[in-house]
Amino acid sequence: MKRSLPLFFAFIVGFIVLLSEFIPHSPFNQIVSTLEGWFMIISGFAILLGQISLIRMNTHKIAHRLPNWQYHLAGLISFALMLSFGLLWGMRETPGILGDAPGIQAWLGLKPFDYLFDNAYLPLSATLFSLLAFFIASAAYRAFIIRGLESNLLMITAIIVIIGRTSIGTMFTGWLPENLQFWHFPNLADFIMEYPNTAAQRAILISAGLGIVGSSLRIILGIERSYLGGDK
Amino acid sequence: MRKPLLCLLFLSLISLLMANSFSAKDTPWDDGKSIDLSWELSPMVKRVEISRQNGDEPARILLNTAESSGSFTDNELQPNNEYHYQLKAFFQDDDLTLLASAQTKEQWFYMGKLGFLILLLIICIAIIYYIHAARAGKEFFIRRIAGLDCMEEAIGRATEKGKPILYVPGISDLDDIQTIASLTILSHLAERTAEYDTEIIVPCRFSMVLSAAKEVVREAYIKAGRLDAYKADNIFYLTDDQFGFVAGIDGIMLRRKPAANFFMGSFYAESLILAETGFATGAIQTAGTAQAHQLPFFVVTCDYTLIGEELFAASAYLSKDPQQLGSLKGHDFGKLLIILLIVVGVILEILGVSNLKEFIAGAIS
Repeated sequence: MKRSLPLFFAFIVGFIVLLSEFIPHSPFNQIVSTLEGWFMIISGFAILLGQISLIRMNTHKIAHRLPNWQYHLAGLISFALMLSFGLLWGMRETPGILGDAPGIQAWLGLKPFDYLFDNAYLPLSATLFSLLAFFIASAAYRAFIIRGLESNLLMITAIIVIIGRTSIGTMFTGWLPENLQFWHFPNLADFIMEYPNTAAQRAILISAGLGIVGSSLRIILGIERSYLGGDK
Repeated sequence: MRKPLLCLLFLSLISLLMANSFSAKDTPWDDGKSIDLSWELSPMVKRVEISRQNGDEPARILLNTAESSGSFTDNELQPNNEYHYQLKAFFQDDDLTLLASAQTKEQWFYMGKLGFLILLLIICIAIIYYIHAARAGKEFFIRRIAGLDCMEEAIGRATEKGKPILYVPGISDLDDIQTIASLTILSHLAERTAEYDTEIIVPCRFSMVLSAAKEVVREAYIKAGRLDAYKADNIFYLTDDQFGFVAGIDGIMLRRKPAANFFMGSFYAESLILAETGFATGAIQTAGTAQAHQLPFFVVTCDYTLIGEELFAASAYLSKDPQQLGSLKGHDFGKLLIILLIVVGVILEILGVSNLKEFIAGAIS
């Protein structure tokens, strides 16, 4: 029963959602929007589970003075601060339990929650995102080291695209006559991006699409059960 | 003399009336939420204004254009309702008002999706056929997927080193099929780690994924007969924030130094930050995603990468269940069909025949 009921629901819901993709008539469209609404409601309740997990994991590490417990304490304090500020004085146009805190707003220029969001959270998030530039450089260096024919081709292609996408590319081959414009670096880079690159990406997308059809069918028909935790 | 003049005047009037037309029709084969409007006016028109008048509501201007003929689709309407439209055509010295009305109707089929439905049915029938064939005892050859064969190697290495395994089920919620596929792989991996008594860490970005992952890992430990080794605290929620989640996982990788990292599911801009940090810690890394834009990052930084379809085939491949393996043959049939359609489509397009392309793209309705 523990297995058959979820499998039954998976079949019914999967089948209705599949049908609604082709039948625009009610009640199919309404059922799908209702199901989406249910998902949002369940997700809303599940947020509580996440917060409980977060608090439990961090308090356990702090209480047992496990290695690096200080980071977990910082995490918990940040969580408590944002939660309290949000509840007490709200955010942006939404007032909190104690209203809009005009006094604090006059001092900080913003509500406490928004102040921390704009001046602590956003810079930290942007910092982490900007690390990507350095990671791309190091990963690209490793990818372009010549080891064989494939990495050689990869490097040549990458150099053409890099040069073609920068102003130096226009400078290098800008003098080429009209009938040799294909070999102009920006045009060559555009060709690589539009044809070989798009073709390869589409092949991956088509195969992934087929994989999704197969996976969905296995789940709807109850052949695939491991997402429920087991086969029996 | 007077009679022909009158005839000429009458004919000119008729032709003027014929030239100025305005019509409203329910959009065919849709969900009854739009109406197609079209107009054909004298080329001398200076400006055209179309408005919708619905019951007692004030008229709402939908379009202002200088084109003497054209079409417009009024969207986001209520199904099975009558709508009235007014077209005002402004000429040099005069203006003309034309009225039209239509009723929205819900249809029972999206005709534009017929090609898609036929393709889907053929592929589904092929998958079901191969599943039945496998059930009947027919054996299929499935090519090796190195990224999945390495799982044993990764677990073995983690066990030898006494280090944990890190499993990231992507950054999408449970409504993404990639996350579901990732959880099915997690189920197999957790069973193996339970057998080897190796710790597995699963940080989650969404609470729904957390609940499902906990259940999946717990069931896998029960299946392996090692419920005593199951640590619920190792499957935990980090944060909903994309880069906060990445920072948390990077911290785990640098502090705990897992012997093997698995990144399976849907990933976006954070893919390289995760995989490059994992590379720096010296872990065996396996990634799998259907996000075509993130695949190059994983290919460069990971030891093994499951590309697109392989992520969805992983569960069937790992389970060695003949029925599931049969469904993989169905995928192959689908690929063959699509290759054939592409080749035929290209030949037809070269010959100037666009029917196949239009049918599949849903342009024929």
